[in-house]
Amino acid sequence: MTAVLEISGLRKTYRGRKGVRKALDGFDMVVEAGQVHGFLGPNGSGKTTTLRTLLGLIKPNDGRMTILGQEVPRHLPQVAGLVGAIVESPQFFGNFSAETTLSLLADAGGVNPHRVPAVLELVGLRDRAKDRVKTYSLGMKQRLAVASALLKEPKLLILDEPANGLDPGGIREMRTLMADLAASGMTVLLSSHILGEIQLICDSVTIISAGRRVAAGSVSEVLASHTSATVKVRLEPGVDLPGAVAILRAAGAVIPSLEKDHFTVGNATNPAQITKLLAEKQIYVSELTPVSADLEDVFLKLTGTAPVDGANRQVDQVAAETQGGWGQ
Amino acid sequence: MSLYRAETRRLSKRRFTRLFVVLVLLVLGLLAAGTAYSYQKVTPAALAAAQADAERDFQEQVKFAEQEKERCVQAPAEFGGSCDELWVPVREDYRAENYMPSPFDFRESFPDMVITFAALLALVAFIIGASFVGAEWNSGGMMNLLLWRPQRLQVLATKLSALIVWLFGLTVLTGAAWTGLFWLIATFRGTTARMTPGVWQSIGLTGLRGLGLVLVAGAIGFGIASIGRHTAAALGAVLAVAVVFQFGLGVVLELAKVKFAQAYLLPYWILAWMYKSTEVIDDNAPCDFSVTTGCEQPVFTITWQLAGAVFLLVTTIIVGAAMWTIRRRDIT
Repeated sequence: MTAVLEISGLRKTYRGRKGVRKALDGFDMVVEAGQVHGFLGPNGSGKTTTLRTLLGLIKPNDGRMTILGQEVPRHLPQVAGLVGAIVESPQFFGNFSAETTLSLLADAGGVNPHRVPAVLELVGLRDRAKDRVKTYSLGMKQRLAVASALLKEPKLLILDEPANGLDPGGIREMRTLMADLAASGMTVLLSSHILGEIQLICDSVTIISAGRRVAAGSVSEVLASHTSATVKVRLEPGVDLPGAVAILRAAGAVIPSLEKDHFTVGNATNPAQITKLLAEKQIYVSELTPVSADLEDVFLKLTGTAPVDGANRQVDQVAAETQGGWGQ
Repeated sequence: MSLYRAETRRLSKRRFTRLFVVLVLLVLGLLAAGTAYSYQKVTPAALAAAQADAERDFQEQVKFAEQEKERCVQAPAEFGGSCDELWVPVREDYRAENYMPSPFDFRESFPDMVITFAALLALVAFIIGASFVGAEWNSGGMMNLLLWRPQRLQVLATKLSALIVWLFGLTVLTGAAWTGLFWLIATFRGTTARMTPGVWQSIGLTGLRGLGLVLVAGAIGFGIASIGRHTAAALGAVLAVAVVFQFGLGVVLELAKVKFAQAYLLPYWILAWMYKSTEVIDDNAPCDFSVTTGCEQPVFTITWQLAGAVFLLVTTIIVGAAMWTIRRRDIT
């Protein structure tokens, strides 16, 4: 597959009163042609900085970026016509109508003005096209932003939180739109916090944390490689459950939950060890099933942003990923 | 070219632009109406009425003077003992032209109207220029535009060009209408006599300098708002210049007895530009007394060429700074 977008070693630092802050710390990303690629990261992890840098709005301190084979920002003017983008919240001049806004953009970008009604129809704003943008809800502004990105029939579509402010129907429409665009051969880079959506829509993902890539690949690969080593253990009826848990704990197992009829082992990288240890004590396992992780679990684990009881996590605060397992 | 066309459309479509154009046209219209109302043409009827008024006043005064003389003859002590010094009206003091409404003399009065027009247009050009780019920065429209045209200098320069050409068109069109309007006022409420080619040339040159003032004001407003990325930056800067530099600096310079203190104040430079020159007197210099001319203090003449060069330099610095900042700064 051809890479439509490549980023390697991207660095951006900001100097402030509190010293130097690394927004991007050697970030890498590859987006293959024709894919819907999810770009995930907690608040302040560097997602928007990456997109702004890629689109020439921010100057990087170091690193290399290419879009459609052209090095950017040096050759950005040559590829800008093939890249549709919305960055962060939709920003438009409030006193213009959606139609005027898009028509002016079409004029500025040398795009056929006949595209304007077509994209307004596509995002569901046809009937409100002549209303001033300042009368729009956040979701409608979001639709307008997507329309502006689609106006030039891009080969690469970069969308930063496109579902932000959309109602459930709108989110589903957006999902369908992404799928249709990808099916038409367009490559879509999608930044979002709605991980369920990403898991449904995206072919591949990149996860960023503290300005660095912490995971990348197809959704299934990322899930598989970072899947939880948690297993659910059910014993024969009438067996002393707390006794069994104590045996495993003594051997180093982490037991995150103990229920009435089962318990889970959190670091069971070798589940056979569980059956062996319990069988030695004449305790027999009736069910031993892996607890499958979803993208949200992987995200929280990789970025260290899972909520902790009694603690208020601060933006920029990430925990180190737990390394290693039990039973290996 | 498409970007230039888009920016011209954007500028014309803005409600703020339209509002200020309507406002300035309204103010100009009121000024013209006020002028037309204040002046009147000299017609034979008006001349006859003025002559009658003058004669009536003269006769009343003659009658009054005779009564006073009679009183004086009866009681000279009340009039200082002599009645020879009593005032006697003379017909020459009661000229008919003093009783006639003044006509609007195009040759005499229109140059001042050109300057009024230029000052108003310059103010509006500054505000429109500042808002044109300031609102774009503030609303995020500029960022959107740069996603479409990632050539920062080209985008800002095109925006500025669109503004300057638009202001040029507005000034020329309204200037022509202004001239036509006052020609009509002079025709119907005054006189258009003595309009030689030289007078027209002089008015034309004043108009050209006025046009320059309008374009400079627009470019400076645009530049400051772009540096500050907000319309308020330009308006704030004007307020700061007015309060700190004009009033504050004026007082400080006077207190410090700086030579030619008024030469540091902007209005004198604008006056010099529009009236071809203006003189600034050094009030703090020792008096150079002469028997024939009295007290003479040193005079510094600000010529229109000097004022023009200063305006050009200031505009270049501000627009250059706007270009430099858009090239260097991150757009967040």
